[in-house]
Amino acid sequence: MWLTNSSVGRKLVMSISGIFLVLFLTFHMSMNLVAIISADAYNAVCGFLGSNWYAVAGTAVLVAGVLVHFVMAAVLTAQNKNARPVKYEVSSKTDVEWSSKNMFVLGLVIIGILCFHLIHFWAKMMLPELIGSEDMIKETAAIVAQSGLECKEVEATQNGAALIRFTFSQWWVCLIYLAWLCALWFHLTHGIWSALHTVGMNNKVWMSRIKCISMIFATIICLGFAAVVVFGYCSNL
Amino acid sequence: MDNTINITLKVWRQRGPKEPGKFETYELKNISTESSFLEMLDVLNEQLVQKHEEPVVFDHDCREGICGMCSLYINGQPHGKDAAVTTCQLHMRRFNDGDTITIEPWRSAGFPIIRDLMVDRTAFDKIMQAGGYVSVNTGGIPDANAIAIAKPIADEAMDAASCIGCGACVAACKNGSAMLFVSAKVSQLALLPQGKVEAAKRVKAMIAKMDELGFGNCTNTGACEAECPKSVSISNIARLNREYLCAKFKD
Ligand code: HEM
Ligand code: SF4
Ligand code: FES
Repeated sequence: MWLTNSSVGRKLVMSISGIFLVLFLTFHMSMNLVAIISADAYNAVCGFLGSNWYAVAGTAVLVAGVLVHFVMAAVLTAQNKNARPVKYEVSSKTDVEWSSKNMFVLGLVIIGILCFHLIHFWAKMMLPELIGSEDMIKETAAIVAQSGLECKEVEATQNGAALIRFTFSQWWVCLIYLAWLCALWFHLTHGIWSALHTVGMNNKVWMSRIKCISMIFATIICLGFAAVVVFGYCSNL
Repeated sequence: MDNTINITLKVWRQRGPKEPGKFETYELKNISTESSFLEMLDVLNEQLVQKHEEPVVFDHDCREGICGMCSLYINGQPHGKDAAVTTCQLHMRRFNDGDTITIEPWRSAGFPIIRDLMVDRTAFDKIMQAGGYVSVNTGGIPDANAIAIAKPIADEAMDAASCIGCGACVAACKNGSAMLFVSAKVSQLALLPQGKVEAAKRVKAMIAKMDELGFGNCTNTGACEAECPKSVSISNIARLNREYLCAKFKD
């Protein structure tokens, strides 16, 4: 299959899965901003998603997307190491974007902290409902009660606003999330334009434009997420 | 004379493709800053011959930046620190008295070492043989207006055609990717009517050959463009991707 057997095919897989993840992040970030405006509105969004079939299907596709992106990244990185069996004595002095050299490491940081993030939210919202665990639902309810957020009555597993408030009440959790967003920012400043370049959507004129778009887009996404972290922290003060 | 410098060279020495290699250190005194980098290496080799030692083997031919033979990785950069030049166009005035200069061969699975600093770049020839040509006789130079080609397109094709096949792009790339070379060779034909006929077949064959020969996957770092002595643009890589993906989706 040329998508895995040829270098450009593998790049296409990287690019399409990457763009898919970027689109998801855009949606996720926009949704999170609602939490700043109104806790009730945010909980309504959480309720709408919940563990409904479309949300579960969406999650499954997302997991598949991350897996494809991650596995292909690992394959590419290993193959690229093999393409230079003997290393240079003097490390490269060529001036290139820092992110472009560190995409895999940045990806590892992203996926690592992603697990941390899933424990905070997914494992308290969708997972208990999926497996119907009374204990886990009680645990979530305890956290919601502890958060002290005043809002309209909703099921504990759909009270995203309370979970945000609780999660970001600890300063060190906030710092980890912000570090995560920094890694994401670096990954995306290169990733977005690189993905467009890979599918051939680039030329001399557009080169600087797509790099600029990439920079702006990555910044908007990361600032959007960061705003919710900061909001969550401040709402506890 | 005030225009001379003393330098230390650390040079990769390897007797054959399968032999282990190592760095040797040489002191060179009174090197004229007017001399070129390769002339400095000639001085080194003359001294080695006089001492009945084996001279350092390195590739070179035209010594005027057009053949692409002079493949040296100097202090962490192919062709040294100057932009848009080959090693033969690099001058000793770019170095300071007391400098240590480390000289390595191109390092790539696709370019095995023949001896010392000389590598085997026939991989590039094989990629060209796979499709880097137009297989019909297109006749002599056509009348300038017979086939109208827009100036910007003609310019892009000429810029791509300026690639001298030196391999610096592969040497500079952290992924050992040959995409800049292949993209230049595909673009110079894909942009022009004579090359369009076989464009789809060509791009598939050349990429397949490139992958087969052990070059890495491009991740758009841009190191190739920064080190290319002819400043071939990575926008050619976008074109290569485009040509390849279109050809594959048509199948
Ligand atoms: C939120 C998660 C992520 C998003 C939005 C994302 C997005 C992207 C995008 C758009 C690209 C550019 C594709 C291209 O150059 O064609 C890319 C490349 C890359 N990603 Fe990710 N990525 C994410 C997570 C990861 C993870 C978890 C890893 C694995 C360790 C990873 C490793 C890589 C690597 C190595 C590349 C460079 C490959 C290349 O340029 O060919 N990424 N990513
Ligand atoms: S693209 Fe540039 S660096 Fe690569 S082989 Fe051609 S001239 Fe050399
Ligand atoms: S020797 Fe011909 S380009 Fe340097």
